[in-house]
Amino acid sequence: MAKGMFVDTTICTGCKACQVACKQWNGLSAEPAHFGKRPGVPYPVADNFTGDSYDNTGTLSATDWRHVRFIEQIDESRREKRWLFSSDSCKHCSDAGCLNACPTKAIVRTDLGNVVVQQETCIGCKFCIPSCPYGVISFSEETGTAHKCTLCNDRIHNGLGTACAKACPTGSIRFGELADLKKRADARLAQLKGKGEKARIYGYEEADGLKVFYLFADRPKVYGQPEDPVVPQRRLVLCSLVTILTALGVGAAALVNFRERLNGRDEEESHES
Amino acid sequence: MGSNMAECHPVAFRWPLKAKTDHGAVLMHVDPRFTRTSAACDVHVPIRAGSDIVFLGAIINHVINSRRWNEDPFYREYVVNYTNAATLVNPDFKGTEELDGVFSGLAPDGKSYANASWSYQRNPAPGKGKGGLGPFSDLLLQQLPGRPKTDPTMQDPHCVLQIIKRHYARYTPALVEKVCGCSPEQFIKVAQTMLENSGREKTANITYAVGWTQHTVGVQIIRAAAMLQALLGNIGRPGGGVLALRGHATIQGSTDIATLYHSLPAYLNMPDGRKKHDSLKDFILTEAGPVATSYWGNYPKFAVSYFKAQFGAAATAENDYGYDYHPKITGDHSHMPMMLDMGAGKIKGFFVMGQNPAVGGQNARLQRKALAKLDWMVVRDYFETETASFWRNSPEILSGELKPADIKTEVFFLPAAAVAEMEGSFTNTQRLLQQHDKAADPPGDARSDSWFTYHLGKRLQAMYRDSGNPLDWGIRNLAWDYEPEAKEVAPWRIKDEPSAYRVLKEINGYTVADGKPLATFANLKEDGTTACGAWIYTGVVPEEGKNNAARRKPDEWISPNWGFAWPANRHIMYNRASADSQGRPWSEAKKLVMWDPDADSGTKDPAGNPVRGKWIAPSGEGIDFQPTKAPAMVGKDAALGFDWLSGNDAFIMRADGKAWLFAPAGLVDGPLPAHYEPYESPVANRVYRQQSNPVAKVWRTEGNVYHGVADPKYPIVVSTYRVTEHHLSGTMSRWLPWLAELMPELFCEVSPELAAEKGIRNAGYVTIVTARGEIEARALVTRRIKPFVIDGKKVHEIGLPWHWGWQGNAKGDVANDLSAMVGDPNVSIHEGKVFTCDIRAGRKGGRS
Repeated sequence: MAKGMFVDTTICTGCKACQVACKQWNGLSAEPAHFGKRPGVPYPVADNFTGDSYDNTGTLSATDWRHVRFIEQIDESRREKRWLFSSDSCKHCSDAGCLNACPTKAIVRTDLGNVVVQQETCIGCKFCIPSCPYGVISFSEETGTAHKCTLCNDRIHNGLGTACAKACPTGSIRFGELADLKKRADARLAQLKGKGEKARIYGYEEADGLKVFYLFADRPKVYGQPEDPVVPQRRLVLCSLVTILTALGVGAAALVNFRERLNGRDEEESHES
Repeated sequence: MGSNMAECHPVAFRWPLKAKTDHGAVLMHVDPRFTRTSAACDVHVPIRAGSDIVFLGAIINHVINSRRWNEDPFYREYVVNYTNAATLVNPDFKGTEELDGVFSGLAPDGKSYANASWSYQRNPAPGKGKGGLGPFSDLLLQQLPGRPKTDPTMQDPHCVLQIIKRHYARYTPALVEKVCGCSPEQFIKVAQTMLENSGREKTANITYAVGWTQHTVGVQIIRAAAMLQALLGNIGRPGGGVLALRGHATIQGSTDIATLYHSLPAYLNMPDGRKKHDSLKDFILTEAGPVATSYWGNYPKFAVSYFKAQFGAAATAENDYGYDYHPKITGDHSHMPMMLDMGAGKIKGFFVMGQNPAVGGQNARLQRKALAKLDWMVVRDYFETETASFWRNSPEILSGELKPADIKTEVFFLPAAAVAEMEGSFTNTQRLLQQHDKAADPPGDARSDSWFTYHLGKRLQAMYRDSGNPLDWGIRNLAWDYEPEAKEVAPWRIKDEPSAYRVLKEINGYTVADGKPLATFANLKEDGTTACGAWIYTGVVPEEGKNNAARRKPDEWISPNWGFAWPANRHIMYNRASADSQGRPWSEAKKLVMWDPDADSGTKDPAGNPVRGKWIAPSGEGIDFQPTKAPAMVGKDAALGFDWLSGNDAFIMRADGKAWLFAPAGLVDGPLPAHYEPYESPVANRVYRQQSNPVAKVWRTEGNVYHGVADPKYPIVVSTYRVTEHHLSGTMSRWLPWLAELMPELFCEVSPELAAEKGIRNAGYVTIVTARGEIEARALVTRRIKPFVIDGKKVHEIGLPWHWGWQGNAKGDVANDLSAMVGDPNVSIHEGKVFTCDIRAGRKGGRS
């Protein structure tokens, strides 16, 4: 029954309708940091021009649950020309670092597989923030809580798809049953590979499988995604082992040293004696 | 070409993408810039802005001299039967080869053409036709020309194909490289792909938008594309055609229902004081005479029914159906000359609805200064646009050039309803009418434009009710009753909203006697017994209470039960051409309309036996042809409309039934597209001695100074355009913080090469200057923009989206302060896609 989204970045046109639809459905304001005051103007004026291709919103944030990246790959001769677009959001990891880290269990997984921050029980401890290998989850100073994409939790529990998928004009973002989406993704991947393109799926293996997964035309890092994401808690056993072994090692070394020192002292003592 | 479809028509662009991913279509983008559209295409070929006719002309030359085109019988059969390639042209015609870049007929002052020499050679005029069709049709029958002469072998030196061959012989890949600035290999790739994907089994489509229209040769660029598609057999067939992407939602509808000054609804011409339009008879004979052998032979029915719709019961045969009281134009009242007239104090009042000329108008500074000369102006919009606020905070006010105290214009700013707050229909790019419902009442005093217009009309009628002045007959007798039924307004707070259904029904047409809607325009009459606002829409309300625009039954293909495509639910115009000269589909893959010789036509011969044979379309597509005219049938010489046309005359709106490769009439700047440089160009014309379109509309007036050819002060080419994130002049997007933050301010796209030359930093400010104005913008330095080498000379281009103004949550200087008023001679559109400028690093006034 797990639901998810397949983002085929190769047919994304970078229109940002998903960003706006997300804000509209979820009642998110424009990012306050993108606006400033102008003398004599009674309302805020956008001042967030970045010069970074057509991306002026920059990152995901507590009010930007979706973000479209623009990657220009054009050589000086203009023979090789690509402009890649990728609409990014929470991946709803099967092994979700944020959920694992949450001390109050405010972050939960629903019966449809999506991961949601319950605003009522979030205490704003921010433990979840470094626990997300994708930098998705953000803290809002305004509410004092963490925020991120909910996979349109209210919509999908009422028979609707996500707002971003609904608004996507080209079908680049698709919502549905994970199994169906994977079938579609595999077919599209095979089609592109048949044309000799170096496409790949991102999200089948990562973090035990991402419920929001991608078809990329280049390496994940080009799209700002970690090549080998690791959920911090995944390192727990290893880290613990290392810690224990280190502790044991240090202990043993100390013991040995201590012994040696004792022996030495004995020796010294024997010398002295 | 001429379109940035992914950015400016993002929803429609899903279909080309689907064609690519699901059907293996090849997408090619020929455009100066590498845009979000280019990113989705298989091929992007950059060409210098304004060089499109060279590129298209060279494809035509490539095609008609190719082995495939000359050896595959498909092309010959299509071209001989469905185009005017075989038609003989007046031997007096001289083309650009003989006259070094102009056509015969150019007036001694070089400002206009007489087109007599472009005409066809004709057989003698037929004998007088049999009357009894109707008072106006009988007159039309008396002035029919003879049939055009043809040479089906297409060898006669005066035949259209031979003229085209000579005309485009110099449009070679080498010329493309010199003028367009792309390599011959890039050009050949596009030309060959078009050719190989056009034919019996496959069709190719060309899609354009304002990237083609906004030129002093805009109409001719589109003509060149239409010629190419006709030569390739790509018109009237599924997957073919030339698709005009319209500027925004229902621009198609507003052209159909005639917001243009020179046009009545459904493409009848506006009565014109400068033409022989003295009476309804003169109007019909002048307008319909030259086209009476096409389906326009029904012009008298369309015109009389239109006047009946306008003036209702007051329109009678005795008073020429009110013709004398209908407004007539007296000159060029298109937007640019209108604003110049306004600046000259000739216009007193101005309604601004769905427009923001203080930002969107060419040479916007001049247009804002014109607004200051009005007595009054009504602006209806969602927010206080720059047009509404020009008097208090425009750049001219801030600079002290204008003072609010000196501006006598009284500005009425009225809040407008948004689309979801009203009921009505949109007519899309593909002529498809789709109904939309009202979802909510508009807030406060906001009202729909139809509410405003209807109640304004009612109040004016009340004011003139007792006038005895004959001049006021028109307004007193205007049929103006769109009162809603109680059930239409029952759910809403606003009870006096006019009935969208009644407006649509009047547009559709009805029989005067019983008020019943007409199911088809074939039922229109020229005797005043039918009324019809716009004949092309007839059938959208086929019976009382039924609105075909609201149909929502899709299928996998044509979807005839989704909305309503004018005319008569025909989605692909001229679709008779989807079958061969025998009426058989060209191929299984491309079948659409075909002749079924055994089908019951529904008519009976004089002996009472059923007549066999009719055109069929299994997909449910409307058939754009006379339903029972057999392919072999020969039209009658002394006849109008369908009766004149033969069974192979697929192009039923043309007077000869053929697609026009050569335009003997209808264009003011030549029968064939020829390359002229943009009015402002950094280079001399390398194709002809004639530099620019000789008959382009120019207005040499104070404040509208033009740059010279290769003007050293303004060496850089600039194109204005839009981005997905904003809508036109920004009135529907810059006030929305969600959209404002996506594209926060005016920016200018610059190549790294130009940036290095000028010391421009990415995200830093630049100042852009023309003889009309000076603006500043943020620089976006990107390799998506490239310099061109034109005939050995480096030509830089910059790109300037024009959405911003001084109001709203996203602000910026007005890009159109830079552009000049100069336009296409046929349709008066401005040349916004290419003019010249200079650019420097830093802010206006030398700030860094």
